[in-house]
Amino acid sequence: MPNVLAATHLSKIYGGMVAVDDISFDVRRTEIVGLLGPNGAGKTTTINMILGVLAPSSGDIRIEGFDVATRRSQALQHANFAAVYAPVPGNLTVQQNLVVFGLLYGVKNLAERISVLLEQFDLKKFRDTKCGVLSSGEQTRVSLAKAMLNSPQLLLLDEPTASLDPAVGQDIRNKIKDFVTKTSAGVLWTSHNMYEVEEVCDRVLFLSRGKILLEGDPKTLPREHGKATLEELFISIAREPLTLEVRSAS
Amino acid sequence: MNPRHIAAIVLREFYLVRGSLSRVVPLFAWAGIDIVLWGFISRYLNTITSSGFSFIPSLLGAVLLWDFLIRVMQGVTMTFFEDVWSRNFLNIFATPLSISEYLSGLVLSSIATSSVGLLVMVLLAATVFGLSFLVYGVMLVPFFLILFVCGIALGVLGSSLVLRLGPPAEWFVWPIPAIISPFVGVFYPLATLPPWMQYIGRALPPSYVFEGMRAIVSRHPLPAYTAGVGAGLAVLYLLLACWFFTRVYRHAVRTGLIARYSAETLS
Repeated sequence: MPNVLAATHLSKIYGGMVAVDDISFDVRRTEIVGLLGPNGAGKTTTINMILGVLAPSSGDIRIEGFDVATRRSQALQHANFAAVYAPVPGNLTVQQNLVVFGLLYGVKNLAERISVLLEQFDLKKFRDTKCGVLSSGEQTRVSLAKAMLNSPQLLLLDEPTASLDPAVGQDIRNKIKDFVTKTSAGVLWTSHNMYEVEEVCDRVLFLSRGKILLEGDPKTLPREHGKATLEELFISIAREPLTLEVRSAS
Repeated sequence: MNPRHIAAIVLREFYLVRGSLSRVVPLFAWAGIDIVLWGFISRYLNTITSSGFSFIPSLLGAVLLWDFLIRVMQGVTMTFFEDVWSRNFLNIFATPLSISEYLSGLVLSSIATSSVGLLVMVLLAATVFGLSFLVYGVMLVPFFLILFVCGIALGVLGSSLVLRLGPPAEWFVWPIPAIISPFVGVFYPLATLPPWMQYIGRALPPSYVFEGMRAIVSRHPLPAYTAGVGAGLAVLYLLLACWFFTRVYRHAVRTGLIARYSAETLS
């Protein structure tokens, strides 16, 4: 059985600027992989390439063994995403959005699936409310419900808890972990909250200037690099990526 | 093509129109106003000409057909603009939806929305101004089909321009019918135009509809090729428009414009 996601020698060059520089990684079943890095490191570019909305300059991406470049529809049938910068349309109600995206993702027993997700994300009372009038936290929950509509084998989450209060954030993290346990899905998760990353991720990839500088267990990685916490390690990578690059190469 | 994917685009448009007066009224308001205005103009022209020629089937009929093309075009562009206005490109194009399914959804939505405008225009023209469609005979069917296909082609072309140039390019789309209308002879024969405008007119499918319509109304012989050439050109332009949209979409995916559409350009 192939990994849910396999990215091989992935690069993206805009004009002369290298946004992603020959990175290779995979996401296995039941695994939550953290994609970390400072702003502009190439995380969102990488996610957009996986989602098929940005063509890589080179390299290939396979979701459940389907090449995103040549078998886009089949590949994306097995994936879904939630991103803080891509809320679902505000001029449709929660129910309408879930119906439309459910049809687009070919969800079977759609009405039943929507009921389960409305219950799970505490959205029942907002069923007929337009998404545009929901609070940012409620909109995030709708985005997550949309992301889980098709029970994707690959779930891409770009800062999914950025606009949530700590209690709701904790609740959402638990729901995502529960989803992974029940469905054997793999998750690629970006976040700037290192506490969250340490709590949920089985493995992290540190991205800086388009390259993967470090990879490992978020609980042991800081000590392996002489840092007390993941946050400290993050800061040192963000400020001195070249030092770390040289060190990891040697 | 997956019919559920196409249904999603149509259903989204249905949800939006159903719940919004500001989307429902334009489906028939401007078309209705045009029919009333040109209906009275036609009546007035009938009173000041002594030839006994009725302007209702030639002038009001032409306005109805031309407005139908505009409604069809706007049916496509309005459905597309919903994704522009709600910044929905990332969500929608990250699904398994293919470009052909997306375009099919735009076309089906347009059939539904333009039918409303057409119905209102036909009712007003027939009941208030006595326009009888029997005058045009069976040729009315190919005339409507040519204008429908041409309207779809213009809608897809307009959507491509907005996808390529960003949301402000919306203002390039609205005047497209007004720019074309002098060349296709909605209100006058192509022979009225200077030669260079006639050449352009002959390359545009609606010209064959309006020339044909005037020939029928004046009881002049209708050249056999009229509908065939018009239909052929309309299909050709539709294929070209779909090809252009696909090219623009691929460019947007290559440059990252789909993901950062609000930036309008990445240069």
